[in-house]
Amino acid sequence: MATVQIIYAHPDPAASRVNKTMVAAVDGAPGIAVHDLYAAYPDFYVDVGREKALLAAADIVVLQHPLYWYSAPALMKEWIDRVLERGWAYGKGGTALQGKKMLSAISAGGPPGAYEAEGYNKYSIDEFLRPFERTAVLCGMDWLPPFVFQGAYGTDDTKVSDHGQGYRAHLIQLQGEGE
Amino acid sequence: MEGGVLLAAFFFLAAAVAVVPFAQRWGLGSVLGYLAAGVLIGPFGLKLVTNPTDILHFAEFGVVMMLFLIGLELEPAKLWRLRRPIVGLGGAQMLATTAAITSVAYFAGFTWQAGLAVGMALALSSTAIALQTLSERNLLGTAAGQSAFSVLLFQDVSVILILAILPLLAVGTGVIDPEHPIDGDAVAGWIRALTVVGVVAGIVVAGRYLLRPVFRFIAGSGSREIFTAFSLLLVVGIALAMQLIGLSPALGTFLAGVVLANSEYRLALESDIEPFKALLLGLFFISVGMSIQFDLVIEAPLQIALLVAGLIAVKLVLLAILGRVFGLGRDQNLVFTFALAQGGEFAFVLFQFATVEGALTPEQTAPLVVVVALTMAITPLLMLLLERVIQPALASAAPKRPDDEMEPQDNPVIIIGYGRFGQIIGRFLHAYGIESTVLDNDPDHVEVLRRFGSSVFYGDATRIDLLESAGGDRAKLIVIAIDDVDKTVEAAGAISERFPKAKILARARNRQEVYRLMDAGVHALRRETFDSALSLAGEAMTMLGAHPYTVRRNMRLFADHDEQALAKGYEVQHDMESQASLARQMRDELAGIMQSDGADEVDDDDRHQGWGGD
Repeated sequence: MATVQIIYAHPDPAASRVNKTMVAAVDGAPGIAVHDLYAAYPDFYVDVGREKALLAAADIVVLQHPLYWYSAPALMKEWIDRVLERGWAYGKGGTALQGKKMLSAISAGGPPGAYEAEGYNKYSIDEFLRPFERTAVLCGMDWLPPFVFQGAYGTDDTKVSDHGQGYRAHLIQLQGEGE
Repeated sequence: MEGGVLLAAFFFLAAAVAVVPFAQRWGLGSVLGYLAAGVLIGPFGLKLVTNPTDILHFAEFGVVMMLFLIGLELEPAKLWRLRRPIVGLGGAQMLATTAAITSVAYFAGFTWQAGLAVGMALALSSTAIALQTLSERNLLGTAAGQSAFSVLLFQDVSVILILAILPLLAVGTGVIDPEHPIDGDAVAGWIRALTVVGVVAGIVVAGRYLLRPVFRFIAGSGSREIFTAFSLLLVVGIALAMQLIGLSPALGTFLAGVVLANSEYRLALESDIEPFKALLLGLFFISVGMSIQFDLVIEAPLQIALLVAGLIAVKLVLLAILGRVFGLGRDQNLVFTFALAQGGEFAFVLFQFATVEGALTPEQTAPLVVVVALTMAITPLLMLLLERVIQPALASAAPKRPDDEMEPQDNPVIIIGYGRFGQIIGRFLHAYGIESTVLDNDPDHVEVLRRFGSSVFYGDATRIDLLESAGGDRAKLIVIAIDDVDKTVEAAGAISERFPKAKILARARNRQEVYRLMDAGVHALRRETFDSALSLAGEAMTMLGAHPYTVRRNMRLFADHDEQALAKGYEVQHDMESQASLARQMRDELAGIMQSDGADEVDDDDRHQGWGGD
């Protein structure tokens, strides 16, 4: 069974609904581990060695975070900057992540229609996630279609909890495909 | 007789205690206080002590100890840097002053031989008076202080030469003095020279290789007083050895001091010898005050006054010219000139010796001895004149004072106190490749750290002259990491006054100490328990289930808020009532901010709803 490593970045998980529910839903699932960056590195000092070990052991890497300013919270960017080292993740001899899969699990505030050419944000989520896609490809990883929750604002509890279960099911399915 | 000694000691101590504190309080300096105390109890004052010359001989040992201490603070490398001022400036001063005074004496009716004897004796300045006056004002480390020291050192060496020349100047028959061991016999000259070289080499070699293990053994025994006894034994022993071969004891102990300047026991030796030196030097000044023969002054007041004024004037003029030639700035040159414009204690010895050898008659030397003593007494007054009248006048005329001349950079950081606190700072800087000069006042501690190769010195941080030799005037930062708050405050005050260029970092235990240190001029402060307590508080909140990142931010918020409260509290620090109400107000404010900070974030996924459309 393929192992899943969720790299989770939320500055204040207690105040979150969608992400908190998602994390709770995958809790205890075999072969799925959640790593809360803001809890591990509250002072933004990322332990690169430890992070590399986590990535090396995983088959599927999930970057889970809310979409802040069309991107990830700051610590996720710091994590990418520090951990995906040249010579390890990319560049000459940088083959540590090759063949692994990468999935972005995003929650966005606006309703589905906002992320379209005619919508409020003018571009699709896929387009906003291009930097992450390129990052994955540069590291020789397979970029999976992102798993997105839209319309967190004003949504009802059932929808949120459905999304959590959907998240769990999606990850388990990916695990099976990875066999 | 026993009672006589005790009684004399009682009078000396009583006079010193009664007069010196007042002299200090009125800004006259301790030297002037001691001199006044001497006059007070001497033959021309209350007549409480009547044998000043005996005491003077005894007290001259204070000068010997002073030179030992100066040697200790002068590493060989530093001494080598001073070679130009010592030989050049010192030599020029001796030659020029001797020539000038000799010609004046010659025209006043002395034979040229007697004139030369007088000239050489009077060319010397007073090491005791000059150095004490300078160190009292923290001027020893300045260009003026270094130059004055160089000249005095050369003079000390010259005394040996003068002692050799004086017998050759004898025209009459000398007074036979069987007690005097020095003889100018030319036949034994080379043997003596060999002995001198041997003894000096012995001091250097023994100081280098023998004394350190001995010191380690004694320090290891753990009895402080034996260490002190050994320190004294060392100084007395060297002084005796030098006397035996006819060299100046002061010079010998100075040499021993220089040899030991690199050892880790330097600062322990200093702190041991220092009180003895200070007391003996005080006694020396008292006996100088006592030995001023006021009856001669009364007999021929005009003649004595003229001689005193003449001697000071000749010295002032020549010193000023030489200081200028040797590149001293105007202000530094003034200090240098005024510090050295007096006759010295060696003149007493030389006059006596010259009389014994028949180069001068007692009638000739008697008024000169008085003149020398008077010029010594006048030096502190001249320094006061310089400080209170001349320098202010010059300063108002030209407000820009040139910087003191600097020596090459040593370590950019000085750490005072190398306990757990100081060590962390030192280790962190070391990891960056920045070396620190470390002072600590625990000998065992210093011993251990030395073994690990740190440049650690034993010493009391509040001694500014010590910081001087640690490179205080060249340091970028001085970190005070000692436990004692009073000493920290004292050191900070002295450092900011003396080394205004150095940034001072210090730790405090509580608010009151923070305020005291702020007043003392500290640039960066940390409360020693604050960071660790807050860190553990954060840990506690995390264990209670708060998210680490939120806790981290709130710790920072708390710290910033507390800093603000600290700054506000500084303004009302002397008002208990306002302090209490401020504390309450700040506490409520903080609780308000920290609790609302969490409450505001209803749903973080929705926080940025503006991005999501209407």
